[in-house]
Amino acid sequence: MKRYSAMALLRAGLTGQRGWERAWRDPEPKPHYEVIVIGGGGHGLSTAYYLAKVHGVRSVAVLERGWIGGGNTGRNTTIVRSNYRQKPLHDLFDFALGLWEGMSDALNYNVMFSPRGALFLGHSDADMTQLAQRGDALRCSGIDAELMTPDAVHRLVPLLDMSPDARFPIHGGLIQRRGGTARHDAVAWGYARAADAQGVDVIQNCEVTGLVMAGGRVTGVETTRGTIGAGRVGICVAGNSGPVAAMAGLKLPIEAQTLQAFVTEPVKPMIDTVVMSQSLHCYISQSDKGGIVLGGDPDQFPSYAQRGLPIRLEKAAAEAIALVPALSRLRMVRCWSGTTDMSFDGSPIISALPVDGLYLNGGWCYGGFKATPGSGWCYAHLLATGESHPLAAPFSFDRFATGATIDEAGVGFMPQLR
Amino acid sequence: MMLIDCPYCGERAQAEFTYERTLDSIVSLDMPVEEVLARLFSRANPRGEDRELWRHTFGCRQWLVLRRHRRTHAIAAVDPYAPDDPE
Repeated sequence: MKRYSAMALLRAGLTGQRGWERAWRDPEPKPHYEVIVIGGGGHGLSTAYYLAKVHGVRSVAVLERGWIGGGNTGRNTTIVRSNYRQKPLHDLFDFALGLWEGMSDALNYNVMFSPRGALFLGHSDADMTQLAQRGDALRCSGIDAELMTPDAVHRLVPLLDMSPDARFPIHGGLIQRRGGTARHDAVAWGYARAADAQGVDVIQNCEVTGLVMAGGRVTGVETTRGTIGAGRVGICVAGNSGPVAAMAGLKLPIEAQTLQAFVTEPVKPMIDTVVMSQSLHCYISQSDKGGIVLGGDPDQFPSYAQRGLPIRLEKAAAEAIALVPALSRLRMVRCWSGTTDMSFDGSPIISALPVDGLYLNGGWCYGGFKATPGSGWCYAHLLATGESHPLAAPFSFDRFATGATIDEAGVGFMPQLR
Repeated sequence: MMLIDCPYCGERAQAEFTYERTLDSIVSLDMPVEEVLARLFSRANPRGEDRELWRHTFGCRQWLVLRRHRRTHAIAAVDPYAPDDPE
């Protein structure tokens, strides 16, 4: 792999941009791998990269039905943060955030990680109490969190409607300054290129159609490009976790839903941080290209349509305009949807499954992007050693039966809402 | 946006309805705990048709059973929910 650098860019600029090699190979599947990762999203690719880089497992294939960057990795709102209330969640996400901070250097690929701050707004006394409690929990775990007065919030985001008769009055906020955004498809491409350089086969246009079982154990996968044998098989397919697990006769505590996001026409810098309201479920940030990226609620019924309801967009737009009235003048240029794997306590599953040789990394709901490096790190540990990484141990498959759920919303587990 | 043909009200916009759960995840108080766990926390989650319990929450408020395709949103049947019927 030729290293990318400012010098390489300058040299190529002087020689007509010729001589760039492809970012990763296009290999034919081999008959057998030590580990097969199903799903070439950010999580699957980072898993493969850390399997090779950290654990020295180089006989690895990542099988992707479509193309790299075409799934949920390229469909999210690119927000990266670790300020969750529950300790198992914020420990995992903060480990991921540490990896985000060094990712561009480690992968030799500019993922444009921009720690511009991730701000939660509080709209009532109750909100502020909840944010203060969350901030305390974070600081007890050594994670940065700063409670902000309304004045401080206004100085940070001058375009917010701070008037007392605002539709959603702003009583303050909680900011994680290390949080921010990243270029989402660069994350997939960067991991694909770095994994490939470690000897991992990244195989696109290769859909897994079945699992090969022998003696109650998974020994390989059937694909549209033939049968491939494997020592261990890791499922890492986000919204399609259910159908892939069904190939092994398993049912999961997961249902698929549609989540949408949309972006406005590009404008000059107007919001230089990530503004979020969890009471409203509204997410606002500005991309480096200038578009305002907005996200809202999932459709709240099972769906694989990758096409969401217009009323969800309308609600997210109405909330964003109420918070930042200047947004009302912008035109929406694009909206899109992804299929999210909603788990019944809102937390992911990184775990062995009740079939030997088969593992699951899924159930990330609508919050998987920010975990990409940490998720891959822990899943690689599980696939290499057969043991859960300590950070991932709470995210077991059987926690619903034991009652040890990780309930970020604080309302109990919610099978009826998924 | 889907149109749902409520057996009591006729065709109404999906926004009037709320999804409750899959029909096979309904539990009763007298079930053994293993069955309750299996019903609540393991779902077929098919990329195809499933039978689902919906409610016409912002309409007649009746419970309904939909046979709906989860990729195309095509609704094959809408029936009144009768709790005593076998699944």
